[in-house]
Amino acid sequence: MYPSDYLYTQEHEWVRVEGDECVVGITAFAQEELGEVVFVELPEVGSKVAAGAEIGSIESVKAVAELYSPVAGEIVAVNDEVVDDAEILNDDPHKAGWLVRLRLDSKDGIDQLMNAEAYKAFLDSGES
Amino acid sequence: MSDGTLRRTPLYEAHRAAGGKLVPFAGWEMPVQFSGLMEEHRAVRTAAGLFDVSHMGEIRVWGRGAESFLQALTPNDVARLQDGRAHYSGLLTERGTYLDDLLVYRRGEGEYLLVVNAANRQSDFAHIAARAAQHEGVEVADHSDDYALLALQGPKAVEILAPLASFDVAGLRYYGFGEGEVDGVQALISRTGYTGEDGYELYVAPQDAIAVWNRLMAQGESSGLLPAGLGARDTLRLEAAMALYGHELDDTTTPFEAGLGWVVKIDKGEFLGRQALVDQKAAGVPRKLIGFEVTGKGIAREGHGVLVDGRAVGTVTSGTWSPTFEKALGLAYVEADAAAIGGEISLEVRGRSIPARQVETPFYRRPKG
Repeated sequence: MYPSDYLYTQEHEWVRVEGDECVVGITAFAQEELGEVVFVELPEVGSKVAAGAEIGSIESVKAVAELYSPVAGEIVAVNDEVVDDAEILNDDPHKAGWLVRLRLDSKDGIDQLMNAEAYKAFLDSGES
Repeated sequence: MSDGTLRRTPLYEAHRAAGGKLVPFAGWEMPVQFSGLMEEHRAVRTAAGLFDVSHMGEIRVWGRGAESFLQALTPNDVARLQDGRAHYSGLLTERGTYLDDLLVYRRGEGEYLLVVNAANRQSDFAHIAARAAQHEGVEVADHSDDYALLALQGPKAVEILAPLASFDVAGLRYYGFGEGEVDGVQALISRTGYTGEDGYELYVAPQDAIAVWNRLMAQGESSGLLPAGLGARDTLRLEAAMALYGHELDDTTTPFEAGLGWVVKIDKGEFLGRQALVDQKAAGVPRKLIGFEVTGKGIAREGHGVLVDGRAVGTVTSGTWSPTFEKALGLAYVEADAAAIGGEISLEVRGRSIPARQVETPFYRRPKG
């Protein structure tokens, strides 16, 4: 369920590194926990974000969750299709439901993220 | 619970078996959803849903003084209640504000059952018992642990329940009830609910609850019945603009402010809070509960500010995404002169300002027929 070529955060974001850029989304676990997502608010393209900064929000019927940037960088793209139709995020959080693409300031911090095995262990530990 | 442990209803194992996601609620471990909030919500609007509301409190009031006692305690006119009928009322303070909202069932001469909110059960009972001690010929007892309460709600509720009931549940009027059996189990069945749909609430002994739950689920399977949780209960009740204690109602709000003036029978005689309500009626209410629909993007939720032309005029009490209308709806208290159907407002949502419009409530009214 959790792609082995992705990295993961304790806040339930996933990161797919592609050269000096990365794509960020929320994990299937996060989507499950939120329930049906109805709105997604994403940052402006071109904005600079720090690692751990709040860059958007995800609204489900009953709750709102903040979206944090797992890494520092510049937003180079956002997924407008998900902004227009949040169903995409419910159906496919790991692929079509991606949220933002960032150009990394540096690769520092990437090695702090969990791999799929570690993320699964983190979920199983109940500390999530 | 004061010791921090969560209570479980008699249906706990049935919820686990049905894959319910359990969360703490008013001191109880309750299912917030089963298959999914939206799916459960839609099932109740189009077919039926089954809810566990056993956490609600039941207080028995009886004796030759019971009617006059309840008449003095609550604002609705208890003298007008016939046997086998229930009505919606309130438990008010001297200031005319809510300690709780409740249902009053008249089971017979001098025999009543009050149904109160789970979170207020103990304080309600203390309030009622203290007043009963001052009143001739009335006794009260907290029977909450003697009842499990199931709510079967939706347009298919009649066809699901009727074949199992020992009496004519299809013939019950809204807010009418009867006592008999459901699939051989003793039950009090009322045509009441909290979803805006037709439906029933079934009061059964705790040890019978799982059998009744399973029987209803089996009977309703072909009709599209789904187990439903507190999440759907909240979106359903909000679409129907039904007040929820702790949100639209609390000890700072009166029935007139909450748009529940019809509960208050000023002319019936003395009752607790009456003078304050007479005074408020004469002076006019300082604030009103309004309904709104969000016209921009986002969801306003409890506690978010309401502005008119940049002026803060109130606060959201409940807000959600409406599965039926596929837009964000909510209720808010605003200064009385800011309340106007059609009026534009803006909502302060996490530092953003979102446009919204005041609309008539209830947002949802079930189709007649």
